[in-house]
Amino acid sequence: MSDTASVQLHERDRALLDGAEGEAMGLAMRVVLRAAEISGAARLQDICFAHIDACFYNGQAHVDFAQFMVDNGARLAVPTWTNTSLVSQVDTQLRPEKDDPVVVSGARLLMDLYERLGCEPVWTCAPYQLPGRPCLGDHIVGSESNAVTFYNSVIGARTNKYGDYLDVCAALVGRVPYSGLHTDEGRRGRVLFRLDRIPEELRREDLFHHVLGHRLGRVAQSRVPVIEGLPLDSNEDQLKAISAAAAASGAVSLFHAVGVTPEAPDLETAFQGRTPEDEISVSPAELIEARDSLSTGTGGPLEMVAIGTPHFSFTEFARLVPLMDGRRVHDGTLFYVSTSRHVVALVEKEGWMEILEAAGVQVVVDTCTYFTPAVRGCRGRVMTNSAKWAYYAPGLLAVEPVFGTLEECVESAARGEVWRDQRLWRDETWGVRS
Amino acid sequence: MNSIAFNAQVLNPGEARGEAMVLDEPLSFWGGFDARTGTIVDRHHPQQGSCVAGRFLILPESRGSAGTPGGIAEAIRRGVGPAGIALGKADVNVAVGAMVAAALYGVAVPVLVIGDAERARLRSGHLVEVDRDGHLRITEAP
Repeated sequence: MSDTASVQLHERDRALLDGAEGEAMGLAMRVVLRAAEISGAARLQDICFAHIDACFYNGQAHVDFAQFMVDNGARLAVPTWTNTSLVSQVDTQLRPEKDDPVVVSGARLLMDLYERLGCEPVWTCAPYQLPGRPCLGDHIVGSESNAVTFYNSVIGARTNKYGDYLDVCAALVGRVPYSGLHTDEGRRGRVLFRLDRIPEELRREDLFHHVLGHRLGRVAQSRVPVIEGLPLDSNEDQLKAISAAAAASGAVSLFHAVGVTPEAPDLETAFQGRTPEDEISVSPAELIEARDSLSTGTGGPLEMVAIGTPHFSFTEFARLVPLMDGRRVHDGTLFYVSTSRHVVALVEKEGWMEILEAAGVQVVVDTCTYFTPAVRGCRGRVMTNSAKWAYYAPGLLAVEPVFGTLEECVESAARGEVWRDQRLWRDETWGVRS
Repeated sequence: MNSIAFNAQVLNPGEARGEAMVLDEPLSFWGGFDARTGTIVDRHHPQQGSCVAGRFLILPESRGSAGTPGGIAEAIRRGVGPAGIALGKADVNVAVGAMVAAALYGVAVPVLVIGDAERARLRSGHLVEVDRDGHLRITEAP
């Protein structure tokens, strides 16, 4: 692919290619240009923000790449935030170095290198929960799948899902290929999902948003879905759930929800005046099937509760704390919440950490429960309120996920065995006519 | 076919010569691939258990994983990467993995796009040779 003339370049882009700012910036520019050629972009687009994933340790090559950038004078063009890491810098006992010295020291060094490169060390997969997030119409770089979908859908910032190294290279040169979800055409709705057969009461449940997202990903795959009938007051935690589940089960990087997300004030705008390629009236039966596919485990003793995938927000803590207050996680059951340092600071300010500690809840920062050895060593039932966690767990961990609501997770943890809120699991609640 | 030659689109330049390993399905180089040994570990992949080290890898494309560039670069660093890669369609993640490995380790693993029609004619065991300009020669095993 030697025909670089097909991509329009600025003077500085060419200077970078010629090595004017050193070897590292030259490599970064070559990578961005190659990506532009492959995606058929006619030009590059300036960005104003990046959230990178190459900071997640995935072998020595990741460390060598970051070291190469630091040693050869690479400089970030835009504010760049870090995704979760394999290890926590705050709680080193989560993954003791002596148990796995090469990986743990490599992961730590990688975190140091990205800090030295000038990244904002937020170590979170939910960077949109922190102050200073991008705005509607901003072009940015996203990499972690739920964050990409949330930025695109809920905020209306524009990003494709950038893979390892390209995320960092784009943050360095401050440019991306103008293609895919950066363009108006790429953001056009393709498939309409109607919710008119689903009871309104169910549509307000958090559980529903996870299940809907899971189903959306399965059916839409990489086509942009448009949801009609989501409650107009759906909150960001619920939209996070849809984003995470749809990105995990399919390749959804953008969805619109009519009256809820910023690029879909009405159906016509969401489809940019065109006709949907496909229309689906979501059935109670398919949602029940999607819901049940998220639990491979059934009733019985519970080894662990794992919540906070993607990272638990302040408002989610505000719901968890009263549920835990005065209660105690059952002996023999572990309770993990994954979140960011930023949210922990807010939780501490409220005096909530003492309540959680007294209840036996362990808060994990910088990383995710998927990656902590305590969870990896677990072989039993793990309850979660996250469709994303439940979807990936059987492949990543040798556990049986049980999917349920936050309230069910708390009650089950206190009892030491799976407890179900029967009201929510009846077929009629999901709209099945008896 | 005894021997055919054609020009392929070059995503990452390099010279290589190797025995073809044809994958029937896309592969994720993160999760589906062990970069420490160069072995395909995806339980659902038809070529699970095969080692790509030193082979000329022919595949439709990578599976949508952001971790693919890291998996490819790490396998090349350890000397267990493929000798070359020919894809059914252009793939950013595969190209970036090979570009970064070339910059960091000076090992130029060529990445080419040959299209699905040519890909379908290739069989494991064929000898594949390529130069830096993407001139490709494929020879049936004797």
